[in-house]
Amino acid sequence: MTAVEIAADVRAGRRSAREVVEAHLETIAAREQEVHAFNLVLHADALGAADVIDRRVAAGDDPGPLAGVPIALKDNLATRGIPTTCGSRILDGWRPPYDATVVTRLREAGAVIVGKTNMDEFAMGSSTENSAFGPTRNPHDPSRVPGGSSGGSAAAVAAGFVPLALGSDTGGSIRQPAALCGVVGMKPTYGVVSRYGLVAFASSLDQIGPLAATVADAAALLEVIGGHDPLDSTSIAGPAPRVRGVLDDGVEGLRVGVVRELTGGLDPDVAARLNEAAAALAGAGAKVDDASVPSVGLGLSAYYLIATAEASSNLARYDGVRYGLRVDAEDVTAMYGATRAAGFGAEVKRRIMLGTYALSAGYYDAYYGQAQRVRTLLIRDFEAAYAQFDLLLSATSPTTAFPLGAKSDDPLAMYLSDVCTIPSNLAGHPAASVPFGTGDDGMPVGIQLYAPALGEPVLFRAAAALERSAPR
Amino acid sequence: MTDVAGWETVIGLEVHCELATATKLFCGCPNVFGDEPNTNVCPVCLGLPGSLPVLNRRSVELAMAVGTALHCEVRPSVFHRKNYFYPDMPKDYQVSQYDQPINVGGHLDLPDGTRIGVTRAHMEEDTGKTTHVGESGRIHGADYALVDYNRAGVPLVEIVSEPDIRSADEARAYVNELRAILVAIGASDARMEEGSLRIDANVSVRPAGSSALGTRAEIKNLNSVRSLGRAVDYEVRRQIGLLEAGDKVVQETRHWNEDAGRTSSMRSKEEAYDYRYFPEPDLVPLAPSDRWRDAVAAGLPALPADRRRLLAAAAGVAADHQAVVTVVALGLDDLVTAAVAGGADPRLALNRAANEVAAAHVAPADVDGAAFTTVLVMEGDGRLTSTQAKQVLADVLAGGGGDPVAIARARGFEALGADALTGAVDQVVADNPGEWARFKEGEAKLAGFFVGKVMAATQGRADGRAVTARLRELAAANR
Repeated sequence: MTAVEIAADVRAGRRSAREVVEAHLETIAAREQEVHAFNLVLHADALGAADVIDRRVAAGDDPGPLAGVPIALKDNLATRGIPTTCGSRILDGWRPPYDATVVTRLREAGAVIVGKTNMDEFAMGSSTENSAFGPTRNPHDPSRVPGGSSGGSAAAVAAGFVPLALGSDTGGSIRQPAALCGVVGMKPTYGVVSRYGLVAFASSLDQIGPLAATVADAAALLEVIGGHDPLDSTSIAGPAPRVRGVLDDGVEGLRVGVVRELTGGLDPDVAARLNEAAAALAGAGAKVDDASVPSVGLGLSAYYLIATAEASSNLARYDGVRYGLRVDAEDVTAMYGATRAAGFGAEVKRRIMLGTYALSAGYYDAYYGQAQRVRTLLIRDFEAAYAQFDLLLSATSPTTAFPLGAKSDDPLAMYLSDVCTIPSNLAGHPAASVPFGTGDDGMPVGIQLYAPALGEPVLFRAAAALERSAPR
Repeated sequence: MTDVAGWETVIGLEVHCELATATKLFCGCPNVFGDEPNTNVCPVCLGLPGSLPVLNRRSVELAMAVGTALHCEVRPSVFHRKNYFYPDMPKDYQVSQYDQPINVGGHLDLPDGTRIGVTRAHMEEDTGKTTHVGESGRIHGADYALVDYNRAGVPLVEIVSEPDIRSADEARAYVNELRAILVAIGASDARMEEGSLRIDANVSVRPAGSSALGTRAEIKNLNSVRSLGRAVDYEVRRQIGLLEAGDKVVQETRHWNEDAGRTSSMRSKEEAYDYRYFPEPDLVPLAPSDRWRDAVAAGLPALPADRRRLLAAAAGVAADHQAVVTVVALGLDDLVTAAVAGGADPRLALNRAANEVAAAHVAPADVDGAAFTTVLVMEGDGRLTSTQAKQVLADVLAGGGGDPVAIARARGFEALGADALTGAVDQVVADNPGEWARFKEGEAKLAGFFVGKVMAATQGRADGRAVTARLRELAAANR
């Protein structure tokens, strides 16, 4: 059942929230050991929350738009009193004293939080192999990765553990695992969803967004979590984008551009699905043409300077002084070193070093400064493209899900997984990945739609159309 | 004296001032000094994972007020992160302003008219406070450190002067004047003993007549204006000693040890941190509207320099007269001008405020202005002697007010009526004919003799000036 169906049934009293949650917990029990989507499953809390919803329904109170819908949260979203690990040993034992804004909004909307999902440590990775708690596996083929860094959330939806999940997307961490797991994943415009309570990786790029089995479910979730939050200074004024009502509007007359610069490095089967998706949209009435965003290829390099620079600062606070892991040593400086050496994994250390270097005296202008100029250039190129097109189209990932370990020893190959998704983070624009058929290996392929800032309505319109025309 | 012949002292001061907001810079926690450790904290000021800063509007207003009062240009600004590891800094970076500060290019005039340039006055967050327990300050054995994060996130303005200060005396005058301005505009309580005003001094020396700057040392841990003066004096002598011995001054940070009366090296330039400044991505650029800036400027009260001018004019003295400086510094100028308007003698009012009122350590708001005026008028018209007036004023200040006439009566200070005074003078003249004859012949100093006799006869209730006047009147009539 979809989230929309569950909420309708629970709100109408046709099904109890407890029934729904129990059924999902059973599905989790049956396959979680194989998939390892979760770092923590909240059995008792979820059933307790379901009972509260059922009592509200019985009392005739409005139980909220997501009443009784089980949801999984990426483990970098702060949950009051519940461990929040970011897939890292360094947060060992930390229980946040507060809920992230999105968590508060979910609770108010009647959603039932069933667990915290596995992720690449501090969201740094594209395979969920960088978790301190072991990798998550792709439910379509457990020998393959689910993508990352929100791999646990994508796998949880793909395995039917939950109809909805939240991920975070700094360079593609929602869309790429959604593509590899065959689910819908969406990164909102920067500032549409509050980051308050999202443990920061790269503050100017991070956005929370929905993962779901259907576009309609993703739309319902975005409407709940979006909208201004006074606790986040970068939050955009105004309510959440209205996206549920546009899903049946079709793409008749929309101008869709296929980004030429992003078609190069694709696997042939992925390229074939991209062409078929473009043809499907054209068949549904869209005007499809080639588009050019000349600087899009510079995105990857700019991203790995900006994201690592911000991360080197954001992750400084994990120093053993106040919370999480502490490895004692003879003085404060030695304690810092011992704690961080033991607490962080290799990829996190690599990125902290890269970012520290990029910000160092004498290098700032050549690296961080230059990357910011590329970012400005990229935004200008997108603006030019959006003068001609309502939407842009590309593959989400150059490949389908790869086997565990295939890229673990080659960070640069792993970084290339995000080449198609990174540009929208740098520009702050919304983008969504929609499942569209499978590759030669039978694994899911995701097609990505880009829209200009605050273009969520047109993005969801086209995503729903693409979903309808996808091969079954 | 700090200036050894042939050398010139060059000082620039960095003053950190905690702003007097109700809440912290980026969260709603109370900004209060002296509470139980770690009670005014939340996820934001503890830098907990996932927390985000939201800029306090009032802190921006106060920062703009500081800049405006220091004649700075108030500009659009950007917050940066200053990255370094320290246990009292919860995020291991400090949110501060770097190359685009809110206030730039102002000045401060010392009471004697010397103008000191103000390079910038930027906003930043305060750190927590570490207390090292045990000798070494290391985290092993019995030694440990305690950190109080109540101060973490308190709004600061850092006011950086140009290297325009030429002596320890000027450095002290600069800090005193700056403190007076900060208090006057309500930006800060500026209490060095509570750490709400903190000073770092950049000190160098150069051969007199040279325009090149010498190598400077930055002195930290200056906990009072007195320490500042002592530390500068010490450091100047140290540097001149080095240079005259043919050595070099090393650019470094030095720690002032109050007990030893010495500075010692903390860290050299090579050990200085690379702060890796970059724009704080969790905040948006700050661009106050013209209207907002104008409203802040229009809301500024009169500044100490203006108040000194007004008071000096009212009292008929120079603006850098010590009593004027003292009275304005203590915020007693309104008291004095009101007394003058009420008929008190201007110089008398100024001096009583600068001495008797100042010595009583009473807050300006707690001084009964009407009673102050009445005491001065009674003294002025001879109803109270100078000694009596001081006594009555002391009673008024100690009691938080009162009716000076009633106090004087209760103390038996009721001045003699004109008739009684005339009678007493006439009697003393009649009793001392020899002295009177000499006085009439022009031996003016005998006036003191007669005043003393009259005072004795009246138990001090006579006004000396009135007695002298009556003596002159009698002498003129009898000539």
